[in-house]
Amino acid sequence: MSKVDLYPTEPFKCWGKAKELRTRYYEKYRDAHKNGRRRYVGGAETLDVLVAAVDPEAALMTAEPYGASIAHNPKFSRACQEAAAAKGFAPDMCAYLRNWWGSMYLNKYIDGGEFPRPDFAFQSHFCCMHAKWFQLASEYLNIPYFAIDIAMGAPNDIAGNQQRIDFVVNQSLEGIEFLEKVTGNKFDDELFVEALHNECEATALWSEICDMNKAVPAPMDQKTAFSFYVLNTLSRVDPEFVAFYRELKDEVADRVKRGIAAVASERVRFIDDCQPPWSFLQFFRYMQMYGAVSVGSVYSFTLMGTWDWDGEHLTPAKTPKELGLTFKNREEALRFYAEWNLVKKPIMDELGAGLFKHQYMVSMVRDWNCQGAIIHYNRGCEGASLHVAESRLALMEAGIPVMTYEANMGDDRETDPAAITARFDAFMDSMGYEKLYH
Amino acid sequence: MSGQLPGLAGLTSVVSDRHGYARQWKEKTEGKVMGYLCTYAPEELLYAAHILPTRIVGTHEPQSVTEPYIFGMYCPFCRDCLAQGLQGRYDYLDGVLIAQSCLHIRQTWSCWKKYVLPEGQNYYLPFPNNVSSPSAVPYLTQELAVYKKGLEEWLGQEITDDALDHAIETYNTNRRLMHAIYAFRKQEKPPLTGKEAMIITLAGQMMDKEEHNKALTEILAALPDRNLDRDTGVRLMIVGSEDDDIAFLNMVEEDLNATVVVDDHCTGTRYFWNEVPAGENRLEAIARRYVERPRCPSKDWFARTRFEHIGRLAREYNVAGALLIQQKFCDPHEADIPPLQKYLEDNGIRTYFLEFDLTVPLGQFKIRIEAFLEMIQAEDLF
Repeated sequence: MSKVDLYPTEPFKCWGKAKELRTRYYEKYRDAHKNGRRRYVGGAETLDVLVAAVDPEAALMTAEPYGASIAHNPKFSRACQEAAAAKGFAPDMCAYLRNWWGSMYLNKYIDGGEFPRPDFAFQSHFCCMHAKWFQLASEYLNIPYFAIDIAMGAPNDIAGNQQRIDFVVNQSLEGIEFLEKVTGNKFDDELFVEALHNECEATALWSEICDMNKAVPAPMDQKTAFSFYVLNTLSRVDPEFVAFYRELKDEVADRVKRGIAAVASERVRFIDDCQPPWSFLQFFRYMQMYGAVSVGSVYSFTLMGTWDWDGEHLTPAKTPKELGLTFKNREEALRFYAEWNLVKKPIMDELGAGLFKHQYMVSMVRDWNCQGAIIHYNRGCEGASLHVAESRLALMEAGIPVMTYEANMGDDRETDPAAITARFDAFMDSMGYEKLYH
Repeated sequence: MSGQLPGLAGLTSVVSDRHGYARQWKEKTEGKVMGYLCTYAPEELLYAAHILPTRIVGTHEPQSVTEPYIFGMYCPFCRDCLAQGLQGRYDYLDGVLIAQSCLHIRQTWSCWKKYVLPEGQNYYLPFPNNVSSPSAVPYLTQELAVYKKGLEEWLGQEITDDALDHAIETYNTNRRLMHAIYAFRKQEKPPLTGKEAMIITLAGQMMDKEEHNKALTEILAALPDRNLDRDTGVRLMIVGSEDDDIAFLNMVEEDLNATVVVDDHCTGTRYFWNEVPAGENRLEAIARRYVERPRCPSKDWFARTRFEHIGRLAREYNVAGALLIQQKFCDPHEADIPPLQKYLEDNGIRTYFLEFDLTVPLGQFKIRIEAFLEMIQAEDLF
């Protein structure tokens, strides 16, 4: 092994808790009816704060994380993919969606039991497939369905165009009518504001945690980050999840203070892009053979984190409580909620015109003290892979070394680990790094 | 009368030399030319500003120039469109407008803005996807107002209500004329082919609507007496993604015993189906037209409206079979095609799916469609 200074490292104390919360989430959804609760489905971006105000006990199963969980089990994933294909759906469609539909068509849940049938679907739409996803699911399962269009263009443009916020607010009011009808409950503004504060705190905390990854050595590597960020993709209103992020923030701060590294041999840092190939998370461990670590991405930081962008730097957004804001009425709270999701999440640019994403990436490389970028040309997600080629060009123009690889976040049949690691070897060689161990 | 339709030669010439047409128009009128991606673009607003809206489409030639700019798993149409820009073929454009629809074409726009025409009057109109919402029309009206203001600042002149009225009337006339022409295709022996109809529609997306209207009027006058010297054969419809593959239609109609009598795609009826309604607020009227038009599958939710519309077209045009044409990698159509197939088959319309790429294998498609036609005709026999 080559000689290199090693940083101190230790596992995360709250790691087990993250796993436990995630497991309990899927159990809660599965057992909801048994426990007298409703089940509903929607995407990771679904405006579940609205549902919490009408039925705080309802159990949500978000679409993409479930699809990703299936992807991590290649045998089940292939069965799901084939079930979707047998229904006539093309293999280049969203891989999460095919996993999800396949699970539904097979009537098999990820724990091996029957697919727990939801009572309704409540979705937010920002890629081509989000609304179609649950249109088909609702037809197959014969359940009521509503979706809110949040594809309003770049966050930077939305701020100056209030009509875009208004449209989301108006759709939210229509959504509230739908929720009251399907649940038979009235919308409770107190519960709404409470859930809203939970969401704001959960996403702001995640941003603060990601921000701390600027430290050298990085306290958290991307593979670990994926296990932590996922809780926000499951629910942003669950107080237990918010409490977890508070705990995680304290632990990360402590690791920074004591110089605890995620990767003891850290000597070269990257950002990456897009969802990872979930069947080959081992790629992040492979990087460590070179003392390389991915410290984050626009995807993992901003899908579930909220940020301000001043044209050069991303900084964690302040919550309404931190800003001393109160909401006089429902519409004001809805407006803030819409802005929080549209203006404070840089990832929304990627799904729109894509004029700013490369700026975020260049900024992240510099601010997070990185030496290069790794972009996953993700065949499984046309939303996250939007503008990837443009990002590559912009990074190269900025003098930043870039590696790209083609794989699929949710379909291991399109992921070739040997090809990916071979490309990484060549990339490291081009940057003058040799393996520290074999 | 058989033979070439009066007026069609001119339209064919526009399609084959679209750039020459646009350059001449620009020189003759001293107006501006705006390329647009996707037929949700509100052309009336541009036309009222004395701008020629011209739809950017590809040329079906193999190319590799887009590889650095768009990941290969995005649809061939979006890459073909960008290739035209990168190859300098649209160098006369003053800007490019996109009305937000599918993901793929957004990259064409962003790359055009960054690498082809960075100084152009490029605009991303965040057209609502939730066209089912009662808020969609008021919202789009506001977006059109923002865009209108931007155009006025760029041009240094107001877009007046009179100009809007003229544009709306010109476009509505165009739509009525297209409907009238299409109505002839309901006949047992349609006096025009699907290929001719596609050329007529495609030319309309590239040329001054007043000129197009003149050609359509000429065509309409000739149709009652036109008798194509051919067997109609099996009556087909085309449903799907953007499709301007004239060579494909030529193969279906010239080499096989079939005629494409109607369609649902955006180089067909989806482009011209409904009119701008009357309204004091012109922008609201334009917004309503585009929100309420036959939907692209990316916007056809929550409840479906497309299938019933397609079914109605199939009945009115006495269609025996539907060719479901999907641009490779097109997610919205991929999501719709399986349930659409079931819908049409349940309603007695046989279907056949074809995946299109930049170029299509005419020989192989011919064999496949031939088998499809034989299947339909065999069912007719028994």
